[in-house]
Amino acid sequence: MKEIRRVLSVIVTNEDGVLSRISGLFAGRGYNIDSLTVAPVPETNLSRLTIVTCGNERVLEQIVKQLHKLIPTYKVIESGEFVEKEMALVKIPLNEDFNGLDAMLKAYNGTIANSGENFIVIMVADNAKRIDNFLKTVKRYNPIQIVRSGSVAMDI
Amino acid sequence: MDLNGSQMVIEALRRENVSVVFGYPGGAIMNVYDEIYKQNYFEHILTRHEQAAIHAADGYARASGKVGVAFVTSGPGFTNAVTGLATAYIDSVPMVVISGQVPISMIGTDAFQEIDAVGISRPCVKHNYLVKDAKDLPRVLKEAFYIASSGRPGPVHIDIPKDVTAQIAKFDYPQKITMQTYKPTYKGNSRQIKKVVDAIANSSRPILYIGGGAVNSGASELVREFAKFTGIPAVETLMARGVMGDSNPLLMGMVGMHGCYSANMAMSEADLMIALGSRFDDRVTGKLSEFAKHAKVVHVDIDPSSIGKIVDIDYPIVGDLKNVLSDMMPIAREKVKRAKYQSWRDLLKRYDEIHPLGYSDNKNNIKPQWVIQRVGETLGDKAIISTDVGQHQMWTAQFYPFSRPRQFITSGGLGTMGFGFPAAMGVKKAIPEKISINISGDGSILMNIQELMTAYESNIPVINIILNNGFLGMVRQWQTFFYDKRYASTDLSRAQPDFVKLAESFGGRGFRVETKKEFDEALKEAIKSNVVCMIDVNVDRLENVLPMVPAGGTLYNMMLEYKE
Ligand SMILES: Cc1ncc(C[n+]2csc(CCOP(=O)(O)OP(=O)(O)O)c2C)c(N)n1
Ligand SMILES: [Mg+2]
Repeated sequence: MKEIRRVLSVIVTNEDGVLSRISGLFAGRGYNIDSLTVAPVPETNLSRLTIVTCGNERVLEQIVKQLHKLIPTYKVIESGEFVEKEMALVKIPLNEDFNGLDAMLKAYNGTIANSGENFIVIMVADNAKRIDNFLKTVKRYNPIQIVRSGSVAMDI
Repeated sequence: MDLNGSQMVIEALRRENVSVVFGYPGGAIMNVYDEIYKQNYFEHILTRHEQAAIHAADGYARASGKVGVAFVTSGPGFTNAVTGLATAYIDSVPMVVISGQVPISMIGTDAFQEIDAVGISRPCVKHNYLVKDAKDLPRVLKEAFYIASSGRPGPVHIDIPKDVTAQIAKFDYPQKITMQTYKPTYKGNSRQIKKVVDAIANSSRPILYIGGGAVNSGASELVREFAKFTGIPAVETLMARGVMGDSNPLLMGMVGMHGCYSANMAMSEADLMIALGSRFDDRVTGKLSEFAKHAKVVHVDIDPSSIGKIVDIDYPIVGDLKNVLSDMMPIAREKVKRAKYQSWRDLLKRYDEIHPLGYSDNKNNIKPQWVIQRVGETLGDKAIISTDVGQHQMWTAQFYPFSRPRQFITSGGLGTMGFGFPAAMGVKKAIPEKISINISGDGSILMNIQELMTAYESNIPVINIILNNGFLGMVRQWQTFFYDKRYASTDLSRAQPDFVKLAESFGGRGFRVETKKEFDEALKEAIKSNVVCMIDVNVDRLENVLPMVPAGGTLYNMMLEYKE
C-alpha cells in the first residue's frame, strides 16, 4: 500500500499527561509523527493538537481509531479541507548580498522579524510544501540558523 | 460531607458494591490501609506478592463479570503489579487498581520508592490517573469504575500521592456519569445489520467466529440461539470457550494454532466469516495472506479500533454484541434458511470424523490430556477452571467440556505464566459455591507459589493440579519441532521441589500421583479437604499439543501428528 501524508487535528481535554498519551501511542504502535503542534483552544477546557503523520491507508485508519480510543480525546478531524500553515525563522548574516530577498519574502508571506548587529531574522508562514521550497531557496543567503515549526491547521 | 482522600476511597468502593479487594500495603498507601482496617464494608485479602493481587482481582472479575479491585504501594509495589495490569488489559478485564505514590511535593525528586507509575502503566491500561488534589478523587473514582466496566472493558489505574490520601475535601460522589470525551457505541447501525443478514442469506458456507467479546457482552445465550435457528456452525477462540457449550452440535471446537481440524478448516473454507467480538489475533489467523481467502468478512465489535486492524472487513458493525444480535434476530428469522447450510454442516462433520481431536492413551503412564478429561468427567459444570500458560493450558482448552462462559479463566493475549493460581483464588472469592481448580505446569506454578500462604490464611481452597512433565513443555515442544531437539533451558527434571511437602509446609494438602487410580483418589480427597491443595501429577514427559499450526503457517496446513 502507498504511503500517504495526512494532517490530523485532534481535540483533547486539556489535562495533565494528555500529550504523553498521544506521543506514547505513536511511539508504542510504531506510527510516524512528522510534526506536532499543541495549544489550548481559546475559552474551553480543550487543547488542539495538529499532527502531521504518514502511513498507508490501513495505518492511517488505525491511527485515527486509536486516537479516538484515548479517553481524553474529544474529536479527531482528519478529512475534508484544511488551511494549513507552518512557520520558519531564518537567521541570515548581514554581510550577505540581499538581492532578491524582498521579492521572496513577499511571495512567502514573510517579514523581517528582528535584527542584530550582524544578522537579520526573517519569518515566513506558508504551507509545508512551500516552506520546503522557501528553505531551499534561502540557502543562497547562507543562513546561520533555521527553526521550523509544526503545522497548524483549520478545517474549512 | 468532608472526608480525607483515604476515606473517599473506602466510601467509593462501598457505593460501587465492592465486596472483596486484594492487595499489599507499604509506606505510600498506609493511610488507605488504615481506613481499610477501620471499615467492614468489604474484605481485604492480603496476597503475598503484588502481581498475585492483580491476578486475583482479575480472576474475580473474569468469573463474576464485576469490576476487580486491588491495592498496591508505590515504587516496587507498583512495578510488581505491572504484569497483572498488562494481562488484564489485553484480555479486556474490568479492574480498578489503586497505587500509592510519594507525596506531591516529592514527585520528580527520585524520592524513596518513587516511580513514574502512570508513565509505566499508560500502555498497559484502558486509562489512568495521577490524582493531585483530593477534591478530584470522587470524580476520578466514579470515572474509573465507569470506564473499567463500560464499552470494551479494561483495567483503570489510579495513582494517589500520600498527602492526597490525607487531604480533606468535600465528598460528593456522582450518582451517574456522562463524560464529554468518552461515549462507547452500544447500538449497531441498523442499515448495516440488514446488509449482514442479506449477506448471510446469500452465503452457502457461513461460519461464526466467536471471541471473548461474546463473553464480556453477556451475549452467549443470544449467540447460541442465533446459531441454532440459522444453523450456522461456529468456532470459538481461546477466550470464548464455553460460549456455545461443549455439547452443542454446531460447535466445531477451538480455532487457531492449537485449534481442531474441523474448526480451522471451517475458517479456511467459509464463504462468509462472521466475527463476533473476536480480534483476529495472530494465534488465530496464522498467515494473513491465506486467512479467510474465500470469505467475505463481517465483524461485530464494541471497539472500533479492532475492526479493520488486521483484516479488511466487508461488513463492519460497531456495537455491543448483545444489542446487535437482538436487532439482527427478527430479520434473520425471516430471511435465513437453515436448510441451505446442510451440506456445509455435513462437510464440517466429515472433517471432524476424519481428524477428531484426540490423543493415544497409554497404560504405562498418565497422559496429560487424560487428566483434564477426567476432571471434566468428574466435575463438569461444578468447577471453574483456571490455567497457567503452556501445554497444560492448551490441553485444558481442548479437552475440558466447558458448558458455559466464564467457566474457563486463562491469560490469552499476554500468556502470563503465574496467572493461574492467584486468578483461581479470585474465582473462588467471586463464586464460592463452585470448585476452583487451577490446572498448571511444573514451570508456571512456581511463578506465584507464595500464594499458598494467602490461600491458606484466607481459607481459599483452590485445587492446583500440576501436570508435571519436568519441562517448560510448550517451549520444549517448539524445540522438538523447530530446533532439532536442542533443549536449551527447558528441562526442569533435574531440580524439582517436593510439591507435597511444599504444600504441607504452608498448611495445605499435597498429593503425588503416578497412576490414574491415585489421581481419582487425590481429586476426591482434595475436594473434601476444603483447604488449598497441590496435586502433583507425573505425566508423559514428551507429549505434544496437536494439531499445531506453526507460527506464520496457514490455518489449513495443520501438523496433525508428530513423527520422529
Ligand atoms: C512469564 C512468562 N515467561 C515465559 C513464558 C514463555 N513460556 C510459554 S509456555 C512456557 C512453558 C511453561 O511450562 P509449564 O508451566 O511447565 O507448562 P507446560 O508447557 O509444561 O505444560 C514458557 C516458558 C511465558 N508465557 N510467561
Ligand atoms: Mg511443564
